Amino acid sequence: MEFSYTLAVLIIPILMFLFLGLVGMKLSNKVAGVIGTTAMGIVTAIAYAIAFTYFFGDSQGQVIDGVRQQLEVVNFTWLQFTDNLIIKLGVLLDPIAAMMLIVITTVSFMVHLYSLGYMKGEKGFQRYYAFLSLFTFSMLGLVVATNIFQMYIFWELVGVSSYLLIGFYYTKPAAVAASKKAFIVTRFADLGFLIGILILSFYTQTFDFLTLTSNPSSMISTASGATFMGCSVMAWALTLIFMGGAGKSAMFPLHIWLPDAMEGPTPVSALIHAATMVVAGVYLVARLFPLYACEVGVLEIITVIGAVTALYAAMVACVQSDIKRVLAFSTISQIAFMITSLGVARPEIHEGVGYMASMFHLFTHAMFKALLFLGAGAIIHAVHSNEVKDMGGLRKYMPICHITFLIGCLAIAGIPPFSGFFSKDEILVAAYSNSPLWGIWLTVVAGMTAFYMFRVYYLIFWWNNPDYGHHTPHESPATMTIPLIFLATVSIFAGFIPFGEFVSWNRETYTIHLNWTVATTSVLVALAGIALATKLYMKENKAPAAMADKVRGLWTAAYHRFYMDELYQFITHRIIFGCVSKPIAWFDRHIIDGTMDMLATVTNSASYAIRKLQSGSIQGYVMVYFVGVILLAVITYICLI
Amino acid sequence: MESVGNIVIYFIIAIAIIVFSVLTVTSRRILRSATYLLFVLFATAGLYFQLGYEFLGAVQIAVYAGGILVLFVFAILLTSKPAAEAERLTTKKRWLGLTAAILGALVCGYALLSSSIFCGKTIDSVLNVDMQTIGHALMGTEKYQYLLPFEAVSILLLACIIGGVVVARKR
Amino acid sequence: MEITMYMYLIPSLIMFCCGVYGFITRKNMIAILISLELMLNAVDINFVVFNRFLFPGQMEGMIFTLFAIAIAAAETALAIAIIINIFRVVKNLDIRDITKMKF
Repeated sequence: MEFSYTLAVLIIPILMFLFLGLVGMKLSNKVAGVIGTTAMGIVTAIAYAIAFTYFFGDSQGQVIDGVRQQLEVVNFTWLQFTDNLIIKLGVLLDPIAAMMLIVITTVSFMVHLYSLGYMKGEKGFQRYYAFLSLFTFSMLGLVVATNIFQMYIFWELVGVSSYLLIGFYYTKPAAVAASKKAFIVTRFADLGFLIGILILSFYTQTFDFLTLTSNPSSMISTASGATFMGCSVMAWALTLIFMGGAGKSAMFPLHIWLPDAMEGPTPVSALIHAATMVVAGVYLVARLFPLYACEVGVLEIITVIGAVTALYAAMVACVQSDIKRVLAFSTISQIAFMITSLGVARPEIHEGVGYMASMFHLFTHAMFKALLFLGAGAIIHAVHSNEVKDMGGLRKYMPICHITFLIGCLAIAGIPPFSGFFSKDEILVAAYSNSPLWGIWLTVVAGMTAFYMFRVYYLIFWWNNPDYGHHTPHESPATMTIPLIFLATVSIFAGFIPFGEFVSWNRETYTIHLNWTVATTSVLVALAGIALATKLYMKENKAPAAMADKVRGLWTAAYHRFYMDELYQFITHRIIFGCVSKPIAWFDRHIIDGTMDMLATVTNSASYAIRKLQSGSIQGYVMVYFVGVILLAVITYICLI
Repeated sequence: MESVGNIVIYFIIAIAIIVFSVLTVTSRRILRSATYLLFVLFATAGLYFQLGYEFLGAVQIAVYAGGILVLFVFAILLTSKPAAEAERLTTKKRWLGLTAAILGALVCGYALLSSSIFCGKTIDSVLNVDMQTIGHALMGTEKYQYLLPFEAVSILLLACIIGGVVVARKR
Repeated sequence: MEITMYMYLIPSLIMFCCGVYGFITRKNMIAILISLELMLNAVDINFVVFNRFLFPGQMEGMIFTLFAIAIAAAETALAIAIIINIFRVVKNLDIRDITKMKF
């Protein structure tokens, strides 16, 4: 089988994880980092070879009648419980999996390389690289999963590695709290995912993606008639599965973990919380899209959640002062774009352009958002602060970083010819073709995106010239600038990839046309956002503060993320902990434990009281025994008479 | 009516049993105790012979007197100096033991004598149980035949050999 | 004069009670074991006597005694092995010193 070497992209990272995790401490930092990076480079090369062979090779029947085939390269039975309940492990290659392989390995390789400079001298450098390898392994396993259960396993694994990496600075209480928060929130969402999987597989009798998606309408109809609370069971299952995706992809209202996750090292944010793990939810919906396409109601829910999240996150991003927070909310907003795009995709409208647009945006977003995060990392590295008020005028000190960050901003704002323009344009086309409401909504959000990205850009690189004191910011080392330059190059040119030829919902070739009306509108809106940002933030002035004062209430609310965290705090602490957990804990501690303690105490004191009987003298025992026998005989005799 | 010789032999055996039993437990020196035990065992074997169980009597002499007692003697010689001072009994303990023994004897004796219906029974006829019958009984699987217990005992003895070796082995 | 059953049972009873007395009063562990043998022997006699006087046509009592002798041999061998082992450790056979197995 030509693709069987695909397994190597899974095996090398896990071996790397074991190697660095077990013997990493014996190696010097530099050696461990170089080994990890080299291994990742090899994986990247293999992944590129796979993707290239899959898309352009013609020997193995990847394309039949113009349809790209889904190849189960490896698939072995892992657990066989009954004839129906079989859990397999394997590798599935199809357009989106191949595309994700490229995205993950590219970003991961860049982050490995970048971390050589960024993490230099950090305590636990080897551990960091081991965790990066674990994450890469899990994420690659997730995208090539052949069945939903395997996906769930790797889904949890990426959750674990994310937890480990967010809490990398485990001596910092904020990092520990953030890692716990991320883990618990995503676990809560995964509960829905698991229930969804169970419902789905209970009715369809399979976990297999191929079986599920090759004939979705028959799969849906297997559960016809079974309803719960007025909705069909399948709709429930798909909604619950989407809940898992929403948790991982930080959709409103499960987004609260992602901003806090920025406590982790910045390259980790670039890899996990911008480019790869957080798009797992998008990937999940895309993977099961044929099923979702049969349940239009669920797609509408997805659309609404995506759109609300996009607007919400964009509003919050406009007022944050921590650059990583801005990028985090920008990520939430951009992922919401992808989710919305999947939600508005309908196979019958416009050849299901939303699906393609979503995947396209996933690809370009991964590149430019990784670029932005890595750029932010370089800036933070230089000024040792996350707050924009500590920055300003950095363009003179860090030219490469400045240029690449600007490219990233232009890409995310959707200015042609940068990659974001093309993918965002496709999303807008998909949204307009579904309903003008979503089209206008997303266009507005796109304008806000341009505004807040350029706001933060100007605040970092222009605005004022603070006194940096004795340590003047300087350009980062080559290990950090090379990834920036590479990703910037990709961000410039990725838009010209004829993406529709590779990925579409039915895996047939789809030709992208620019819709000039939509494109012109969105570019104009983006330019307006940039212009506003330029006017307000290019030079230090009082206008932004004055504006904030005018809408003080809204500004404060947005700054506090519309009090979502406080709401969660209230619900969990006051309602769940206060009203449910505390009485249960009291009952457990005083009634159940009390009963057990009493039993133990009584037994203890009773045995203490009679322990003198065990004198250890055999003759004493025999004496007692013999007297007992005689007494028994006497009693029996008396009773018998 | 029994033959006089039989009665005389019975009395010799009975008196030997009683006297040597008492001596066994009262003798101060442990080696003497073992010797008196040997005499008790011989007397018991005589009892079996008198009752017509020749095989049992032979086993009693061979296993008990020949095997177990030799073990005792070896153990005694291994663990104590021959001229060691004899142990002294505390009065309290002696009274305790005496009370228990006499109490037991009284209870059992009363039970024996009060049920004189079958205790006054005499032997109808002394039939010798021949070896062939015993062999068949030990080797058969029918009713009143004992292959399974026989094999169980053989396993027990094997386990005992191994156990003895393991326990007594020098570490 | 007839030899009746209790004429056999009474010596056996006395032998048994001697065993009990010895077991309770002696201090040397081997002496205790000897007392134990006395008791076992007394029981054996009872089996045989009951067999002979009450069921002369059968031989269950005799077979039982046979097995009892075998088991007694095994038990004695093992007990002596243990006693010798204890002796190696505590250099003493006084039963009052072997009271480790208490509370």
